[in-house]
Order: sequence, then C-alpha cells, then structure tokens
Amino acid sequence: MAERGVPPRVSDGRRRVLNLIRSFTSPLLPDDYLELVNPLWSTRELRGRIERIERETPNAATVLVKPGWEWEGHKPGQYLRLGIEVDGVHHWRAYSLTSDPQRPDGCISITPKLVDGGKVSPFLFKRVKPGTIVRLGGVEGTFVLPDPLPRQLLFISAGSGITPIMSMLRAIARAGKLQDVVHVHCARTEEEVIFGRELRELAAEHPGYRLHERLTGVQGRLIPTQLDELCPDWRARETFLCGPAGLLEALGERWQRDGEEAKLHVEHFQPDTAVGEGERGQGGTIDFCSSAIQACSDGEQPILVAGENAGAKLPYGCRMGICHTCVGRLRSGQVRDLRTGRVHGQAGEMLRTCINAPEGAVEIEL
Amino acid sequence: MSATHSPPTAKRLNEIEGPPPRTAPNHRPSPRAVQVGFEDEPDNPLARLTPEQIEELGREFDALHDEVFAELGDRDSRYIRSTIKLHRQLVLAARAMLLGSRYRPLWLGGTAALSVAKILENMEIGHNVMHGQWDWMNDPDINSQNWDWDTASPADAWRHSHNYEHHTFTNIRGKDRDLGYEIMRIDPHQKWHPVYLLQPLYNLVLMGFFEWGVALHDLNFDAIRAGEKSKGKVNRELKAIGVKARKQVVKDYIAFPLLSAGIAALTSGRRGSSSSSARSSFSSTLAADFTANIVRNVWAYSIIFCGHFPDQTYTFSQAEVEDESRGGWYVRQLLGSANIDGGPLFHLLAGNLSFQVEHHLYPDMPSSRYAEIAPRVRDICRRYELPYNTGPLSKQLGTVHRTILRLAFPGGKVRPKPGPYRAERI
Repeated sequence: MAERGVPPRVSDGRRRVLNLIRSFTSPLLPDDYLELVNPLWSTRELRGRIERIERETPNAATVLVKPGWEWEGHKPGQYLRLGIEVDGVHHWRAYSLTSDPQRPDGCISITPKLVDGGKVSPFLFKRVKPGTIVRLGGVEGTFVLPDPLPRQLLFISAGSGITPIMSMLRAIARAGKLQDVVHVHCARTEEEVIFGRELRELAAEHPGYRLHERLTGVQGRLIPTQLDELCPDWRARETFLCGPAGLLEALGERWQRDGEEAKLHVEHFQPDTAVGEGERGQGGTIDFCSSAIQACSDGEQPILVAGENAGAKLPYGCRMGICHTCVGRLRSGQVRDLRTGRVHGQAGEMLRTCINAPEGAVEIEL
Repeated sequence: MSATHSPPTAKRLNEIEGPPPRTAPNHRPSPRAVQVGFEDEPDNPLARLTPEQIEELGREFDALHDEVFAELGDRDSRYIRSTIKLHRQLVLAARAMLLGSRYRPLWLGGTAALSVAKILENMEIGHNVMHGQWDWMNDPDINSQNWDWDTASPADAWRHSHNYEHHTFTNIRGKDRDLGYEIMRIDPHQKWHPVYLLQPLYNLVLMGFFEWGVALHDLNFDAIRAGEKSKGKVNRELKAIGVKARKQVVKDYIAFPLLSAGIAALTSGRRGSSSSSARSSFSSTLAADFTANIVRNVWAYSIIFCGHFPDQTYTFSQAEVEDESRGGWYVRQLLGSANIDGGPLFHLLAGNLSFQVEHHLYPDMPSSRYAEIAPRVRDICRRYELPYNTGPLSKQLGTVHRTILRLAFPGGKVRPKPGPYRAERI
C-alpha cells in the first residue's frame, strides 16, 4: 500500500465536525471535497507547499516548504520523509531538515544534493515549481543535540553532511548560545561549500563560533591526526559528525582509541544516495509467491529493485529502509542487509525489500 | 499425440488477475487442449492456431503491454486527477441544485448531474482504480487497496469476485460466476431449469437494482450452497454489506433529504407553509437520489452486460483451457469479450469498458490508454485471423436481451460468430 504523510494535529472540534459531514460524503471523506479548494487542508495527512528553491552550490539547493498545518517542530539534526510526484509517480525520500524549528515564517527547509541519475533530486533541483504540493511524512532521527546544550561543541561535516549540522547551528544561533563551537567542514572546492556564505557570516558575527573550511581538492582529505591541530581540545567536546562512510570510520577509530566514545555522535544516514555501503554478496534468485514472478539480483540490487525489473508490482515508500512500506514475509532463504552487509533471515520474518538483497535463493510472500 | 512432447505441468493460477506468469518456463499448450472441446464450435479460432502461433501472439501482447507501461507518466496522472476532480465538482453542483429540489428545473438539473457523477465515479474511476490501473503512481489517494466506491458493494468483496475470479476465469463455463451471475441462463451450454422462465422478469429487476445484485453476487451463493464457505466468513461478508449499505442509504435517503427539508423550512417565510415545503423538499430530494441511483444502475448494467454476453463472444469448457499458456489466455480474453462503438464522451461514461477487449487483455492498464492501443490490438487480430468483437450499443445490447429471452426457454444454439477481423491496416 502506498505511503501517506503523517496525520496533522487538528483540533477535536474540527475533527468532530468533519466526522458529522461524513454521512454526506461517504464513501469519500469531507477532506476529498475540501482539497478541491486547497490541497493543504487535508486532515488525513500533512502536506506542504514549496515556496522557494534557493541554489546553494552548483549541485545543492535548498527547498523551502510551508506546511499546511502549523509545524509541530523537530529536533535540529533530524530528517524528514518527503513525498513528491515526479513524472506521474509518487516518490518518498528522507532529507535532513536544514531549517531550525523556530523559523518565524513557519517554513521548513531541506537541502538535497543533486544525485546524477537520481529521480527526486534532479527534479527538485531543475524542474520543481513554487506552489507544488508535497506530502510530509514523519520526522525521525536520533542525531540531535543533547538537552541541556553542552558548553563546548565540535561539529565535523563533509559535503552534504553539513545538512543536519546546519539545522543545529541555526537553532543554537537563534537561541543566542553560539559561545564555544568549533566546526570543521570539508568540501572539495570553496564554491562547493553548502551554506558557505551563511557559515562565514556566522563566524564573523560570533567570536564563539570557529569555522575551519577544509578544501579537500587543495589540502587533501582530513586525516584523524590533524584534529589535534584544528581543535586541540577535541576530547573534551561533545562532537557531532556527519559525512561519507570513510570519514566516519576513520574518525570513529580515533575516538575509540584516544577519546571518549560517548562524546561522539555520528550520523550514518546519507540521504538520496545508493542503498548503503555494506559488504556485497553474490546475490541470488527471488520467488515472489503471490505474483509467481521470479527475479534475480546480482547482489547489488535490493529485492525491491530486482522484483520491479522483473515486472512485479511491489509496495514501496522511502526505498532506504526507513518507512517499512515495502515489507513482505520471508518464506525461505537468507538475505543480506545492504547497509551493513549483515546476512540474516528467518522464515516468517517481515523483511524490508528495499534494503535487502537475496543471498542465494529466497521466497518472499509478495 | 507425439510421444516426445511431454505435457507441461499445470501451474495453478495464482490469485492475481492477468495471464499466467511469463517466467514459467514450460508453458506450452498441451496438444490435448487443442483437440478436445469445440464440438459445437468447429471454427473456434483457438483450435485453429498452432501452439507456436499462440506463443508468438502472447509475446506480441506482452510487448504492447510493456510499451505502454514504459510510457506512463505525467499525462496519465493528470488525466486521472482531472477526472476525479470533475466527479467531485459534479457532485457538489448536483447536491447544491438538489437543495432546491422542490423546484422542477433544479430537480431535473440536480438529478441529471448526480446520475452522471455516480456513473463517472463507478465506471471510469472506481472500477478502474480498484483494478489497480493507477497503482503505478504510488499515490495513497488513488490506490486499489484504499479505494471505496459510491455503490452498495464493499470494495474488498468486489475486488475478489471481480478482479480475481472473473478476470482470471473469463468465460470459462462453471468457473466464471459472472457468466449469467448465477441466476441467468446466458449460454446455451447451461442446463435449463424451469426457474429460468422467470429470467426475462428478474433481468429487468436486476437492471434497475444492479448495485445490490453485484453486492449479493460477491457473496458467492454457489460456494455457500456447496458448503465451501464457513459460516463465520459469510457472516463477516454480510456484515460488511450491511455497513456499506447503511452508509449509502443514510447518505442518499436520509441525510441529503433532511438537509433539503431543513433549508426549505428555513427559507420559506410563513409558519404554516414552512412545514409543508420541508416535507415536499424531503421527498423530492429522496426521489432525485433514487432516480440517480436507478439511472446509474441501468447504465452500468447495460455496459457490463455488453462486455461478455453479445452474440459475438465465445465461452469455453474447462477442458478447452486446461494447461492454458500465456498466449492462450490472451486469445480467450479476446474471444470472450466484446466492445461497444462510440465517441470519447461515451467511452468516458462507459468507464472505457466499451473497450472491454482491451480491458480484458490488460486489466491493470490505465483505462485512458485503451483507445490508443485499440488499433494495435485490431492489427494483431487481423494478422492472426482472430475476431475483434465490437458493435454499436443498440446492436450489442439487443443481442444480449434476445439471448436472455430465448434462453429462458429450453434448448437454444450457440449464435453464429463473426469470423476473423479484416479491415484497416496500420
């Protein structure tokens, strides 16, 4: 079944009135008629209107969305599932929210990076028009600032890993607490620094915010030992790290060896990229029991993609293991989680087809 | 029978509409399948085609399906959204007019608009959405699993009896319960029984109250009689019909008439006249809703009965379709269905079931595409010397009613068939 946005918070009185009107609209809902006037009035699911698209770098753009109902807020660092129609087909993606929760205009923003060959990011980047209606799913993620805010902070980001951290920086700045924050951000070139201008302005205005831009095209990749130069007291700081897997791994080891692991907060989640970076297996065949379709995966393709290529109609949502829309019951066989490389599978288990590839022959009840 | 050709293992048809799976490697029609049956229809085109031709034809129909599905996009999404929007606007206009239903022109306008809205909703939107024709959009609001329609039959029950049973076993005698809907003798192969003498009469009743007929038909009385359905299941299904029926009745025969009455009472000036105008508004709105439901029922009945019961169509014995291949499945759909000629507006109101042939070949294809692929289907028919059943509504419906009258009495013969399609070339 196709995925929906989250139900918005609507007053009880309004719900009661709508329920009464249902006797007149059954089997449709009053919403179905109200949406003729304004699709944002849906009480079934939260929707939003795209207000503006602001280009940040040659391959990243910020999309500002005004939710139909008052934004219930998020914790800076969390991500949002967003549904949008591209070429007639509704797609769901998860993006880090880059706005802080208290924007006075009530808007929220995401800042997708253009993924060549992708479906949604090129659309958001090149084709979407202000006024487009999107569906807003749940806000999730545990990569968030502790409460109360630690006195000393270190942010390390690379590429589009800046996105959850930007929301944190904006929230801290709005609260007037940008007092002792070190930020190391890596990008290939200066013009590829997402939010570059805003970051530099923040640094100029707030002496307590020290920004190190590391241009990897010139200076090379950040290696863990350089931390001691950039931020000698890194061990004492509550650290938030978001970037590609290689960087996470290298720095993670450093904290494990020389630091206090509990102080390091890592975001593994990388929006709108391939399914994952876990080890790959040999693949295998997939028997879809209810459609009697057979498919084959080379170990790279998740069950969902292999099935779709073989002509099976399968449910899907986020396609990245978050929303559980795509689940099917495993009848037999083993699968590999493409995000972690872990091989698992017990008969009867509910499997997410979007992040698992077959490891040998599998049968799935879909 | 050749000793070297071992008959394929019969694969059970799965609970999906559509032809047997493409990936099944050994799906070839058994030589037996082309030898048995056809006693009274020696010209049955299925008997004339070689297994190789049937296989090739299956590939051609598959390719056409894939071609259309690769193209689906914005244009199709805009089409279904605007059709849904049109329906809702029509409903609003109709209901607004019917608030003043005690005035004759408003009654007429409102009833006409409501009838068209209900027809559009049942045929082009409900039937097709519930077939999954728009599921490729992945939109939760236009999805076969979430949809419910403005008619007495609950969505789940209908999806099973229609999508699965009827579309899988189309025109197989003894398996397709839509062949006469368990109450009519529509095919001379069906054994006569004196109760059929009444069928011209209850045919008329069914026409007017078709939605209730469909709801009860979904219960599957044959299965209940044969004890194949547990009592609990029957009770659950009856309850679902009850819940759905109550909502339909409350809306059309209580809520809207009361609303009209209330408005009439408020707007008429003098005390004495307000209660009488409320009463007359109540009954005129009720009459309008009733009329719209009857109009929709007669229309749906007429289009649907023209789908498989005109003279041109073939029915099949179970032996004839044993071990049916994918190509054979397509041929059966082609032979068992009939189109109705008409213009774009007619096709829209018919829910494109006037392209019944195309619909049965591709039940999951968006209905708006049927008109576009029809010339290609006709071309396949021409090349394989297969019939392409079609005709004007008057002719198709005329032959259906003639059959219903004739077969009320014992005997009756299979009507002559039109033979291969030969006309345009593309």
